[in-house]
Amino acid sequence: MMKRMIKATLAMAALALPLPATAMEGHGDMLIWQFTMDQLEQRWHQGQDSTAWKSNGFIGGDVSKLRLKSEGDVSDGTVEHLEVQALYSVMVHDFWDFQAGIRQDFRPQPQTTHLAIGFQGLAPQFLEVDAQAFLSQRGDVTARLDVETDLPLTQKLILQPHAEVELAAQKVPETETGAGVSEMKLGLRLRYELVKEFAPYIGLAWERKLGETARLAKADGHDPDDLRFVTGLRFWF
Amino acid sequence: MPIKQTGLSRRDALKLTAFAGLAGVAMVYPGRRAFAGLKETTLLVTEGRITIDGDSFPAITMGGGVPGPTLYWREGEEVLVQVENRLSEPTSIHWHGLLLEGVMDGAPGFNAYSAIAPGESFTYRIKLRQSGTYWYHSHSGGQEQRGMYGAIVIAPATPDPVKADRDHVLLLSDHTADHPDHILRKLKVSEGYYNRGKRTLSDLSADIGRDGLAAAWKDRQDWGDMRMDPTDLADVTGYRFLVNGKGIGDNWTALFKPGERLRLRIINGSAMSIFDVAIPGLAMIVVAADGQNVLPVKVDEFRIGVGETYDVIVLPTEDRAYTLMAEPIDRSGYARATLAPREGMQGEIPPLRPRTLLTMADMGMHGDHGSMDHSTMDHGAMDHSSMDHAAMGHAMPMTPAAQEGSPRGWEQAGTPPGKRALRYADLKSFTRNPDAAAPTTEIALRLTGIMERYIWTLNGHKFDHGDPIRVRYGERVRLRFINTTMMAHPMHLHGMFFELENGQTDRMPRKHVVIVPPGKEASVVLTANEPGDWPLHCHLLFHMNAGMMTRFIVDPPAPAARS
Repeated sequence: MMKRMIKATLAMAALALPLPATAMEGHGDMLIWQFTMDQLEQRWHQGQDSTAWKSNGFIGGDVSKLRLKSEGDVSDGTVEHLEVQALYSVMVHDFWDFQAGIRQDFRPQPQTTHLAIGFQGLAPQFLEVDAQAFLSQRGDVTARLDVETDLPLTQKLILQPHAEVELAAQKVPETETGAGVSEMKLGLRLRYELVKEFAPYIGLAWERKLGETARLAKADGHDPDDLRFVTGLRFWF
Repeated sequence: MPIKQTGLSRRDALKLTAFAGLAGVAMVYPGRRAFAGLKETTLLVTEGRITIDGDSFPAITMGGGVPGPTLYWREGEEVLVQVENRLSEPTSIHWHGLLLEGVMDGAPGFNAYSAIAPGESFTYRIKLRQSGTYWYHSHSGGQEQRGMYGAIVIAPATPDPVKADRDHVLLLSDHTADHPDHILRKLKVSEGYYNRGKRTLSDLSADIGRDGLAAAWKDRQDWGDMRMDPTDLADVTGYRFLVNGKGIGDNWTALFKPGERLRLRIINGSAMSIFDVAIPGLAMIVVAADGQNVLPVKVDEFRIGVGETYDVIVLPTEDRAYTLMAEPIDRSGYARATLAPREGMQGEIPPLRPRTLLTMADMGMHGDHGSMDHSTMDHGAMDHSSMDHAAMGHAMPMTPAAQEGSPRGWEQAGTPPGKRALRYADLKSFTRNPDAAAPTTEIALRLTGIMERYIWTLNGHKFDHGDPIRVRYGERVRLRFINTTMMAHPMHLHGMFFELENGQTDRMPRKHVVIVPPGKEASVVLTANEPGDWPLHCHLLFHMNAGMMTRFIVDPPAPAARS
């Protein structure tokens, strides 16, 4: 699975490469793009290992961009979650972009389409924040807050704490989500930047379903509490 | 291996100039009457290579080399330079510091000048109205970084007040194998990509040890609140620093006989690097700044911004080699040249000085940040001897960490105790300022940017997204540069000199570049007597290319005023 994903990533890279990063006529207006695989990791868990990823990319100018985000995970050869977002992103502040677009959850099935709006940027103390709200085709309202930061231990060894909170305005039976704060994810990843663009890492990822969502998971025979050792790669181009 | 390099003696230079002048007379310029003083040069711009310390890199060459040939001209001459573009992209050559007709200035998109298309040529025609040390470089994209720069030396029409037995050009530059387009992209997509000196956990513990937990924590918070990095001195690292296109190992050498007066014409032709320049063991007498004579001022070192030039006189009396050191302010390496009585010699290479850390004052914050009060630190007490000298051979030295004992504040160069660094306030024009009138117009130009996104702007606008500056012909104008960013910006005006308001009354130095330190202001005055549509920009290449440029338009004189 890992191999297939790396292949897919390389294919995406090959597609992206012909785009020139050259300055256009004049000074200051240029087309820029980037693809970042923030997490591509194996999550080890007593014979129930899974592979997960979280990535984003953009193409555009300083002010407005097309931004793509994707995350998901695979276990036992089955794609459990696969989410892709396509967003129009516009700079509204020195450090903040407003984003609006579509989120498609290809897995779990049935597929769900959401309208997505949110703000992404850099908060004080160098916190990278991505705050989004979603409205699904069934009228369900959910939200997600994602925060991470880089703490350089040395110039190349970087500790990255990460926190994510999922919220729902109502019960979403299709995803076994209860109303309120449904899930919290905490991660701590220590990466070594061989070059800035490429860094292997190790870390811990803890996911905890909360409230009604936890009860639903338990009822379904799932542990609402999941702590895993992770090994992965972070890269961008 | 030392490179054979013979500095031109003053006599040689004169001979050359005279010869070239004669050649100019003899040459017939098609369709024009040849007349005394007309001098023609051809510059071929082509993809080529540069070899630095034995390593070969692709480069853009002018006249076959990097740097391009030094152009020796004479005030009063009319020069013709035919530039042939053999690249696969448009190019241009800008005559940095020269007074000329707008269309000859060589900045595409200004003064009705457009870039020279591939395979085409353009003939620049300049009637030289000045003397001194200047330079020329591409004004297209990132070509300057790839090697398109060269020196210009214009001999005065009247006897030179600066007497010297020998005359050497030292053109400083920064070289990287990375393509400029890629550099700009990396800066845009990954803030701090090139910063190899970020503050780490061990810096924090060192700071706690020195300043106490509360102060160190508050300092981290203050920077974090602004989302800025106090180690951010240079946007780009990985450079090799060159003197006349030569690396540290190549050891470009200027010859002298003990007891001679040497005139060194030092030009900062780098893309992004501001240097601290010193010749340990030799005092330097600064005699010109940006090509314009100043009253002699004796210093041990000076800071030279991108685009600036300084002429200094040195008087080596001993029969030994001296090292000229040019350290970029982030101390990510150094350029060196050797002054020696014979070829093949080299002087001692001093250790790199520690890099400075920016402070809240560099952010334009002058409140009482308790943890920030390092300005009174005794820099003289710094212990340089503990640094590792052995590692400083020809290899790239490690960047000295900005930790214990680091100077604090952009302007702190770590000048050794008892030594004197040039300040702008020391510069006094050799001749009195011709126009003593008080400015009738004041224009404030805020130097702005968003570091995180690598957007650089003037008054918050990228080039041609905001209004140009427009002044009337003959108007006496004050320009106030207000640096709201945490980086220094060497601001350059084409087509005119400005007088730097540095505390002198009637001897303000005439300059074409002024460094505006982070969080500080600088003001200049000028008499707008050169009609045209002139670029006014930050001379850090990637700041300009990111948008830090505007138009300074001097309307032509009204017809009535002409008569």
